Amino acid sequence: MDLGFGSRFDDFRSEVAAFVGAHWPPPGGDPKDPVAQRAFRDAAIAAGYYARGVPKRYGGSEQPPDMVRGEIIRQEVRRARAPAEVRDGGITLLIPTLLEWGTEAQKETFIPKTLAGEYRWAQGFSEPGAGSDLAALRTRAELVGDNWVINGQKIWSSYAHRADFMFALVRTEPDAPKHEGISYLIIDLRQPGVTIRPLRQMTRRSEFCEVFFDNARTPADWIVGGRGQGWRVSRSTLKHERGSLGGVTWVESMLRDLVKLARETTHDGRPAILDPCIRAELAAIEGAAMALTYSTYRSASMNAHGQDPGLFSTMAKISSTDLAQRIAKLARDILKDDLLDMSGPHGKWTERFMVSLSMAIAGGTSNIQRNIIAERGLGLPRDITSAP
Amino acid sequence: MNFLLSEEQRILQDRLGELIEATCPLRRVHEVLDGGVAFDKDLWAKLIDFGVAGMILPEAAGGLGLEMIDLALVAETLGAALAPVPFLGQALAGLAIARGGDADQRARWLPAIASGEILATVALAEEAVRWSSRAWTLSPRDGRLSGVKTLVPHGTEADLFVVGTANGGLCVVERGGGVTCERIDGADRTRPLDRVSFVDVRAHPLKGELDAAERLVDAACVLLAADAFGGARRCVAMSVDYAKLREQFGVPIGSFQGLKHQLAEMALAVEPGRGLFWYAAHAIDHLPEKAAHAAAQAKAHLCDGYLQAARDTVEAHGGIGFTWEHDAHLFLKRAMFDWAWMGDPRHHRLRAADLAGWSSGLRLDNQYTFSI
Repeated sequence: MDLGFGSRFDDFRSEVAAFVGAHWPPPGGDPKDPVAQRAFRDAAIAAGYYARGVPKRYGGSEQPPDMVRGEIIRQEVRRARAPAEVRDGGITLLIPTLLEWGTEAQKETFIPKTLAGEYRWAQGFSEPGAGSDLAALRTRAELVGDNWVINGQKIWSSYAHRADFMFALVRTEPDAPKHEGISYLIIDLRQPGVTIRPLRQMTRRSEFCEVFFDNARTPADWIVGGRGQGWRVSRSTLKHERGSLGGVTWVESMLRDLVKLARETTHDGRPAILDPCIRAELAAIEGAAMALTYSTYRSASMNAHGQDPGLFSTMAKISSTDLAQRIAKLARDILKDDLLDMSGPHGKWTERFMVSLSMAIAGGTSNIQRNIIAERGLGLPRDITSAP
Repeated sequence: MNFLLSEEQRILQDRLGELIEATCPLRRVHEVLDGGVAFDKDLWAKLIDFGVAGMILPEAAGGLGLEMIDLALVAETLGAALAPVPFLGQALAGLAIARGGDADQRARWLPAIASGEILATVALAEEAVRWSSRAWTLSPRDGRLSGVKTLVPHGTEADLFVVGTANGGLCVVERGGGVTCERIDGADRTRPLDRVSFVDVRAHPLKGELDAAERLVDAACVLLAADAFGGARRCVAMSVDYAKLREQFGVPIGSFQGLKHQLAEMALAVEPGRGLFWYAAHAIDHLPEKAAHAAAQAKAHLCDGYLQAARDTVEAHGGIGFTWEHDAHLFLKRAMFDWAWMGDPRHHRLRAADLAGWSSGLRLDNQYTFSI
């Protein structure tokens, strides 16, 4: 068992640190300048640090999977406060899916420009009548000549109002059984048959949208995988997320922020962190975060060695959700009535208190996660309504 | 980074599990406990042959010279089987002498501990101050010791006691006149406890490394966390098996979403703890500056999770789960021991907070990190 990175990675770390130091802060001096951020990310791809899973011919750096090097890169970039690798839906969900299922033409058309930030993506999965029961989706696509003609509605599609394209699940085989009648299509959102309406969230921001299709069109060959393969194509995306330590990094940074809040806030003239109730819960959260972190390391190590981590692999999402909610609630206890001021110095915690609720809903609700743990993890009898 | 068990470690754990299952399955645990004996001598003899008492003692003393992670895997396996044996005291006493004793002291006692020739235990808690090693009051004078310790595992059966003394010290007392044990009516009969009086007995202070008592607390926390993980996983497995078997309304009760979600929550509270006790055990040998904090967190998190899982197990079994002949109460009571002995979760969380440096002034440590 070796938990350290080991001295054989020291050279790599120095190399990354030297690269980051040479490129950031940017020569122009303004870290908020999007051009400078773009230049840093391009240089990081050229150096082999970003877009590691993407072949060079599509604009990536084509490095062998290596979670330790990936983590070292993230640490050094974070230390220098340089621009992190973009992790939007196009990069994390679409590109891996295209690499596995896409045609050569699809890969060439979409991957390089997505990596370069020129194409921005929205996901079109959920519908008003198809949430947890996603395969009940009813948006139709009919092949008319050289085009798919699309009619229906998607919802909860994040940042669709800023996106250029959507990857969507649509029903192309109305007579086939539920899961077998679905196809995975790429759709240009910038056309007259598409109407996008942002929804305002409880945080006052607008991130997700409703998207209406009224005889919208997409080329016949923008289907990923074959007709009726959409369910399988969309499922395969999930496995690309395994072996990543991204969730661990996020939990650690939230916890660091929470410790900072507890030290800076005073209760009755003393730092809140000295209040034994706050202190014990903070330590309990740290314990749960450590458990999640080290079990993620174990799971990632097992995946890297072709072993099955078993039960834990069904738990990553809900574990992070539960932790985020516990963090949000302790922050509430620390803030007390400061919680009421959304524009005050701790307004971001008031917003996080609300955002933590969305984590139990988006991307598979916590109740669905419990079904998955019970059925796939513990082998309990499947619900008759469960997906295959 | 390679956060995995080795092939040898997996084999060791499998073999040990098979040995216990063949010698002392849960039915036999009931017989041993209801028969009023202090431990299963047959199982203990086999475990000694297997090497558990000398697992991490030096090879020169007849031990196997392995690491804390190996001993923790043993503890996990014993916990899953509710093994009614004096492992905890034997392992901790051996560790204390191996780390805290000088060459003569190690040569004198370790071979007999590794070979199981003698039974050893640790006498730490006092009536007034329980688990803070800095607050213990017993103090040897001119090589003689008097005073009372409590919650001593298998004290009545022990031949040798490692006793916690004032200022975080340790001394060894061999059994003889002046040592009186009084058995406590312990909830967890798999590890009976004694109140032990020492009256003017010969005491041998351990003269090796400083902080031996604190390091002993860390080791105890890791072993209890590992025992808790083994027990808690078994509780989840038992509850899941029962839900697949038991039928009501013509179907297995495990097909009802209410119960499914309860079982998923149990598993969710237990399974991620595995990485934490591995890490804490690993830290004892390889990351000494992080060991105390990790051990405290592991003890708090896993023992808390075990006690809740054991309670949920009773509920998941319905009426039969509340009966004497069922296994559930044995797990519940072992979980109570793991939760309370050497300090409850809150005690260790507040220690962990201190160890993390959260109250050292108001300097913000932006490099705060718990990983790697």
